[in-house]
Amino acid sequence: MTQVATPPQAPESAARRNRRPTRYTRAIALFVAPFGVLFALFYLVPIVYAIVQSLYVVQRTGTYGPAREVFGGLAQYRLVFSDGPFWGSVGRMLAFGAVQVPVMLGLALALALLLDSGLVTGRRFFRLAFFVPYAVPGVVAAIMWGFLYSPNLSPLKPITSTVDLLSADTVLWSIANVVTWVYVGYNMLIIYSALMAIPTEMYEAAHLDGASRLRIAWSIKIPLVMPAIVLTTVFSIIGTLQLLAEPQVFRSFSSAVSSTYTPNMTVFSMSAIPNFNLAAAFSVVLALTTFVLSFAFLKTTQRRGMP
Amino acid sequence: MTTTLPTTPAASVRRHGHSTVPRSAAMLIMGVSTVYFLLPLWWLFVGATKSREQFTDTQPLWFADLHLFDNVRELVTYRDGVFLRWILNSVAYTGGAALLGTLLAAMCGYALAKYRFPGREVIFNVVLSGVLVPATALALPLFLIFSKMHATNTFWAVFLPSLVNPFGVYLARVYATAGVPDGLLEAARIDGSGEIRTFFTISAKLMSPALVTIFLFHFVAVWNNFLLPLIMLSDERLFPVTLGLYSWNTQVNQVPELRGLVIVGSLISIAPLAVAFLLLQRFWRTGISTGAVK
Repeated sequence: MTQVATPPQAPESAARRNRRPTRYTRAIALFVAPFGVLFALFYLVPIVYAIVQSLYVVQRTGTYGPAREVFGGLAQYRLVFSDGPFWGSVGRMLAFGAVQVPVMLGLALALALLLDSGLVTGRRFFRLAFFVPYAVPGVVAAIMWGFLYSPNLSPLKPITSTVDLLSADTVLWSIANVVTWVYVGYNMLIIYSALMAIPTEMYEAAHLDGASRLRIAWSIKIPLVMPAIVLTTVFSIIGTLQLLAEPQVFRSFSSAVSSTYTPNMTVFSMSAIPNFNLAAAFSVVLALTTFVLSFAFLKTTQRRGMP
Repeated sequence: MTTTLPTTPAASVRRHGHSTVPRSAAMLIMGVSTVYFLLPLWWLFVGATKSREQFTDTQPLWFADLHLFDNVRELVTYRDGVFLRWILNSVAYTGGAALLGTLLAAMCGYALAKYRFPGREVIFNVVLSGVLVPATALALPLFLIFSKMHATNTFWAVFLPSLVNPFGVYLARVYATAGVPDGLLEAARIDGSGEIRTFFTISAKLMSPALVTIFLFHFVAVWNNFLLPLIMLSDERLFPVTLGLYSWNTQVNQVPELRGLVIVGSLISIAPLAVAFLLLQRFWRTGISTGAVK
């Protein structure tokens, strides 16, 4: 897909070319090295360091004796896997994602298709209006919605006086609404850009044949923008498991949000105690879970013939 | 795919003529969505213009006496102007990291697209799997490393890790492959232009839509980053604005006058990003499909 199209060459000259030393070595090094060094320092080293740290335990001689780190093998991971609240929070995020991601992407897809359908006037305005929430940082969005959910301040009084949107039963979905509000427009824009890239000839014929707009959207447009939908889904899965800012802010509005409400909040509260070795193990497990889930999703969609 | 039946022009005209119902339905959905997306911001804007008493006593969605300027003055003078400092910090962290980070990602992606050298595929694949590593998983180990060097609670502890943007490298490579013709580079070489000069004078210009996209993605990611500053910083004079507002919001129950400041501060903190989006919107739309379609 991203292979550079090389000019056609005779086989023997291609073979000779491979043996020839690389040209422009200095330029290549200058281009690659700055990013490469920072990537190694701030991506690769931390990953390795987290794994190493997670293999150590802190031992004390007596209750008040000096602490020292000794190799503990997988001791921290045993703690991680027997930690009920942590797995509870992972389950909570999976439930959250199973509902919120389809709702958000469904909305984004529907709005993108409507914008692209030719039925809507003022497309420029709507595109901007839907996209504006993406400019609102998660912390600020959560603060704003937190006030909107609070019964004594809210302009949504008819709703907030009948349902407590900040109770233990509802707060997860109240947070889901905040995340949806922020990201629908962003995802819509990605899908909409993909729709705009489809040449109109692709469905003009179907239109002349009498296919309805709905049918064109379903049978032609959606399959063609599947790569964009897959991309947004993967990013959404990653985002869901990393949820931190919104629930952390909601702790000020609702006592139902505990300090271990999401996996990342657990990592943060462990590092505040501090128990760095255990926090490192949590980080490693969380990163692996995220990686496996998004990778598995990519692979299943590929196997089903979607790019 | 569909059976081709000859349709008369009249039939197709009729179909268009009957589309008032779907048209109104579509506009209705658009209208309801607009209310959903803009109403909270409207509420925030109206709330920021009110005095403390009127904020709770008056209709939340309409103006009372205009108090915006008093509120802003209170905000920027509160505790020796700490809020202004947060805004400046955010601009420094975010603007600096996004500008430099975009340049670094562009150079790396460009080299991966336009030169053949040993290890090219390995580097690209490692960087690409970096996209799938959640940035928050790195925050804790970064904190541990920086604390070994006694460098936590510094500007650099947040700034340096924010420079790295693997997705930017991916986008830059995709775009350089498609948008920078090899023939042009060859021509520049024949004209005696060095590789570095060619990149800055020719290739970077050709890649500019992608560069704007990378810059905006990066800007948003750093502006919204929460865990890294939360873990790294304890001195509030180093806080970015999001962390500052968060810390005020946690104190609202004890210090009620902070609520008004949080509302006005939230409104002001949104402004820089909104302006950046509006200014760069045109580029950003053309560039965004690059990453999505491929």
